[in-house]
Amino acid sequence: MSASVLYDAPGPKAVVRNRIYAVVGSLAIAALIAISIVRLADKGHLAPAMWDIFNYTGIRQNIADALLATLKAFGLAAIGSLVLGVVLVVGRLSDHKPVRWAATTFIELFRSLPLLITIYAIWVGFLTDYSMWALAAGLSVYNGCVQAEVLRAGINSVPKGQSEAAYALGMSKTQVMVSVLMPQAIRSMLPTIIGQLVVTLKDTSLGFIILYPELLQTARLIASNTQVNGQYPYVSTIVVIGTLYIAMCLLLSALATWIEKRGRRAKTGIKVAPGAPAAGIPAMEAVPGPDAGGAGGAGPTADGAGATGVTKD
Amino acid sequence: MNVLLDNFPEFRDGFIGTVSITAVSSVIALVLGVLIAGFRVSPVPPLRYFGTAWVTLMRNTPLTLLFLIFFFVVPEILFPGMSPFVLGSLALGFYTSSFVCEAVRSGINTVPLGQAEAARSIGMTFAQTLQIVVLPQATRSVIPPLSSIFIALTKNSAIAGAFSVAELFGWQKLMSDRGYDIVPVFIWVAIGYLIVTFTISGLFRLLERRMEVAR
Repeated sequence: MSASVLYDAPGPKAVVRNRIYAVVGSLAIAALIAISIVRLADKGHLAPAMWDIFNYTGIRQNIADALLATLKAFGLAAIGSLVLGVVLVVGRLSDHKPVRWAATTFIELFRSLPLLITIYAIWVGFLTDYSMWALAAGLSVYNGCVQAEVLRAGINSVPKGQSEAAYALGMSKTQVMVSVLMPQAIRSMLPTIIGQLVVTLKDTSLGFIILYPELLQTARLIASNTQVNGQYPYVSTIVVIGTLYIAMCLLLSALATWIEKRGRRAKTGIKVAPGAPAAGIPAMEAVPGPDAGGAGGAGPTADGAGATGVTKD
Repeated sequence: MNVLLDNFPEFRDGFIGTVSITAVSSVIALVLGVLIAGFRVSPVPPLRYFGTAWVTLMRNTPLTLLFLIFFFVVPEILFPGMSPFVLGSLALGFYTSSFVCEAVRSGINTVPLGQAEAARSIGMTFAQTLQIVVLPQATRSVIPPLSSIFIALTKNSAIAGAFSVAELFGWQKLMSDRGYDIVPVFIWVAIGYLIVTFTISGLFRLLERRMEVAR
């Protein structure tokens, strides 16, 4: 074990003490897990019959359909939020005061409201019969605002000389935006953008509340409609569905990390922002106003990578 | 306007519900988050692994799923008949704790290396170094991200409304069930949330100013 900043390479006493802590800690954690398992087993939640339901083709079909529904909503929301993000950031950086003002108000308002409230209002007010579109619209509005802020941070991080040089060549503002600023902003912010897409993916589970048959809603239906030995298989269903969600999110996060690593090696000279899963907008400039990701922090966080060697996984 | 005036008692209860579930979960998230952050930087490997696993799991699980777990699985483990408010606060607190943990960890990274080295050189133990030297300084750089985490927590508390905890989203559902037009209802609920989130960001700004120290 290597020493970190916070503690010396342990001497004999410390080694013993750390071992004791390790044993006690492991035992405590193991005990917690064991107690949970025993309690669940006592109530018959871990009986083979509970897990056997996932061998039925009907239930498998249900889960496959639900997965597809979740991915559909996610795909729509991802495209919607990225398009809206670009539109909003262009509005926010516009030369015309009313446009700028409108975009800023829109972003600030929808970013500081619970996503669920927005989705529910859209569903009840406008798209009662189209829960998928209501979900996608709500997700797009909220995440579009967040993506707009991410892109703005990206555009502001492009060295000033770049746009000055482009203007000096006689490019119009649109040309500068499209061919100089945006590509670099998107490239440097790609990990953060994908991090926000992970949040978007997680938030598709809010479709559960507006009765859109996505994974979570299906999980609840399966659990409340199948009876095994007179009990409802909530535990097994939640474990299966939870594994699916975690796998999907980890895949996306891994993609973000991979792009970030690749970006660091690239010779383009564009600095890639840190994009650990759900990492926020890097503190190259403070983002004003109350802001936070839908289901987690997207705020100006510092890069949590081992700058001082304190962090170790 | 009528919507609010005719149903003001329910709205008031919803607002109080949102504030109280936010407050309770914030405390849970803070305590757990700092503890897990301590685990993650400690010299004890099993605790480090536990911290990492905790953060990874909590971060990649949709909050709605976590609510399902707390409402359908946890009562089976502990005892049936726990109140929705307690379960909801626990779910929110656990979920947010992973974000608090990461914020605290990056805060620890902003403390200059020399500080921890100096603390160790005068013979402080890991716990002393953390408590007396590193954490007090880390607190300052943790405040801005914490502010946005708690605002996110406030917004996430809406999900508790779908699980029969009385709060603002519950009021929105109730009003649309009673057939009121959704637009004014939405506006009132939005105002309710904005009051809470602006209060939080204001409080944190105050804190930031109070803790400002020349470096």
